[in-house]
Amino acid sequence: MGADISRRALLGTAAGAAALGATPAVLAAATGSADGSGGEVSAYGGGSPSSGSGAAGSGVVAFEGRHQAGIVTPAQDRLHFASFDLLTDSRGRVVDLLRRWTDAAREMTAGRPVGASGALDGPADAPPEDTGEALDLDPSRLTITFGFGAGLWNRDGRDRYGMGAPPSKLIDLPHFPGDKLDPALTGGDLCVQACANDPQVAVHAVRNLARIAMGTAGVRWSQLGFGRTSSTSTSQATPRNLFGFKDGTANIKAEEREALDRHVWVRPGDGDPAMVDGTYMVTRRINMHIEIWDRTSLGEQENLVGRQKGSGSPLSGGDEFTPLNLSMKGFGGAPIIPVDSHVRAAHPDLNGGARLLRRGYNFTDGSDGLGRLDAGLFFIAFIRDPAEQYVPMQTRMATTDRMSVEYLQHTGSGLFAVPPGADGPRDFVGRRFFD
Amino acid sequence: MVATAAACTDNSTGSNGDDSRSIAVESSATTCKLSATSAPAGTLRFNVRNTGSDVTEFYLLAKNKTRIIGEIENVGPGITRNLVVRAATDTYFTRCVPGMKGDGITAKFTVTKTDGPQPVLANAALLDTAMVTYKKYVNDQVEALTPATRRFAAAVIARDDDAARAQYASARMHWEAIEPVAESFGDLDPRLDLREADLEKGQEWTGWHRLEKDLWPPAPEANDGKTYVPLTDAERKDLADRLVDDTVELEQRVKALVLSPDQLGNGAKELLDEVATGKVTGEEEIWSHTDLWDFQANVEGAREAFTALTPVLKVTKPALIPTLDERFAKVQALLDSHKVGDGWKYYDELDKDQIKALADAVNALGEPLSELTAATVS
Repeated sequence: MGADISRRALLGTAAGAAALGATPAVLAAATGSADGSGGEVSAYGGGSPSSGSGAAGSGVVAFEGRHQAGIVTPAQDRLHFASFDLLTDSRGRVVDLLRRWTDAAREMTAGRPVGASGALDGPADAPPEDTGEALDLDPSRLTITFGFGAGLWNRDGRDRYGMGAPPSKLIDLPHFPGDKLDPALTGGDLCVQACANDPQVAVHAVRNLARIAMGTAGVRWSQLGFGRTSSTSTSQATPRNLFGFKDGTANIKAEEREALDRHVWVRPGDGDPAMVDGTYMVTRRINMHIEIWDRTSLGEQENLVGRQKGSGSPLSGGDEFTPLNLSMKGFGGAPIIPVDSHVRAAHPDLNGGARLLRRGYNFTDGSDGLGRLDAGLFFIAFIRDPAEQYVPMQTRMATTDRMSVEYLQHTGSGLFAVPPGADGPRDFVGRRFFD
Repeated sequence: MVATAAACTDNSTGSNGDDSRSIAVESSATTCKLSATSAPAGTLRFNVRNTGSDVTEFYLLAKNKTRIIGEIENVGPGITRNLVVRAATDTYFTRCVPGMKGDGITAKFTVTKTDGPQPVLANAALLDTAMVTYKKYVNDQVEALTPATRRFAAAVIARDDDAARAQYASARMHWEAIEPVAESFGDLDPRLDLREADLEKGQEWTGWHRLEKDLWPPAPEANDGKTYVPLTDAERKDLADRLVDDTVELEQRVKALVLSPDQLGNGAKELLDEVATGKVTGEEEIWSHTDLWDFQANVEGAREAFTALTPVLKVTKPALIPTLDERFAKVQALLDSHKVGDGWKYYDELDKDQIKALADAVNALGEPLSELTAATVS
């Protein structure tokens, strides 16, 4: 119990004021998102972003807001993601689960334990409400983001919960060339993305949410991620993926308000009133053939990516953030950014201007039984319209991007509707779908 | 963006600290400035920075100003790329070619004597011989592929499925042996060798694996729950005829191809990549399970490239030869242990330990094999 109090004490009052390492820059960041984009009210750190820990810091990210947190929030270092199958035919139990999940998320993101008696204050002859492994730990900028799969609306042709039509953009993703999806790592009726700077805080969140769901929803698959592979704020340095390259240089950043409105947030005119201020989340478990990548020459690696490995500069010149010059000619008149390079296939100019907000993580899940690491990138992207923004881009990458064709294999997949944030302490995430 | 500069301070380039052999080159629109005009013999590193606004190139030339000792192309504006090259005591010339046009800016560069052993350079004549040797092997394979494909196609059309199944894997070995070369034709490769999992939505499926599926039709549970619908006679004939036509075209185009020295080493590396990602996992021949035939052919093709390059390696990096010899032998011994008559066990007859042993042997070979290109051409 003392430990619990120390967490609260650190945080100051329940208002969640920015207590830790609050500097003018931090306060400016808080002001900048006062309309609820990402619910940033807290420190992103006493530490400078260049310290290598990304959105360094141990403080609180507000859970409530116009949008759910964990989308434009500067990407934390660690991920625990879980997908759930709904086990009930009762609409009431689904609503109850979402209420309880929202309440638990509100507590945990504030650095408090789950339930009125937490981990230590309950009766000695009852199991504690909270599992306890986050005691003594800081909130670690924990965000919990909920998503709904198509199964909430329709399972085997049946509308189990009287939901009516699903959101119009919640499509079935097609089979992409080269996909080798494992059904045990694909889909799900509900999902939880927990991100934090301390892995134990993220795992604690998913573990307690899974416990709360017992009987109503069961974990279908889950994924740990250990290194963020995108920056979602210009305050963050671009991290590296397991190929050793900077990843997500061209990501949409929290500071790009117009781009967020155009590419990420569902708008009132989009035809899905319950999804306004929400978004859609694509998840792809992308295995990297890292052993054969490691046998590839530096020059070839750079040609496959289209950027320099060290600086992240496009091969057409400049620094990391210099726009690509796709028409610049190199040796023999061929484009200096090769026609089959990754950056070219993913470039907005070749994808109808489409951009993504990516928030992926590196993963290593042991080895594959053939002496190779089961490793790669757990890709997460938030977008306004998967059919328009993701499907054409991924189709292009799976066919023309030689890095994707030869060195990547997609083994898991998910598409989830991410409703807007909880609006005040009595609201729950997804309420508009059940009103 | 404040953080970007700091991001690579910890684990940056891993310099070897040998300053006298590290030469900074600044290539602008009109100048080619070197931090030194001489260096001791050994492995030299030219850090070529493009300060101009056009793409530039940098060369180290022999004293006849014609023969290229080393080159770095496609240095974009603002970019720095390294040319790492072994150089023995002699007179050389450096050359920047801003805009990749014209004669460039050429200057004398001296490599001085050192006490240590002199680096030995690849001999252009030896490399030429290696290319001729390997190209002959490639031509032999593609020449054998066409008649083998014709026989297979005839059996497919005649619905002599036993004969077709018997010929499928052995015919494909001629393709698999030269796969990196055969695959280099971006239009022919998908027509001939696309797997079902690699299809784009709505894309027509042709080639070897389409017929493979018809010869080894899957049960519904192995076919996304759907009952497999066999090809009609007309469909079979059409697919078989196109397979032959595309193969004839492939033969003509492969024979006309001129290989470059780096294609031998890189091709060998890619063949082992193919084994590691497609054959060891049983994903290449998902219906016929004849993956070990492909495996054998990939390894043979890689060994041919290594054999062709061995006279070069004897000069440049002799220590690599016994390593590769030993590891090729290890892979071959494992493959031989799965031999059944003229062929091999089917992939689904191998147990986990046997597959793991093959995977380990492939990794053991693939790693030193990936040194082949740098060891022979740079």
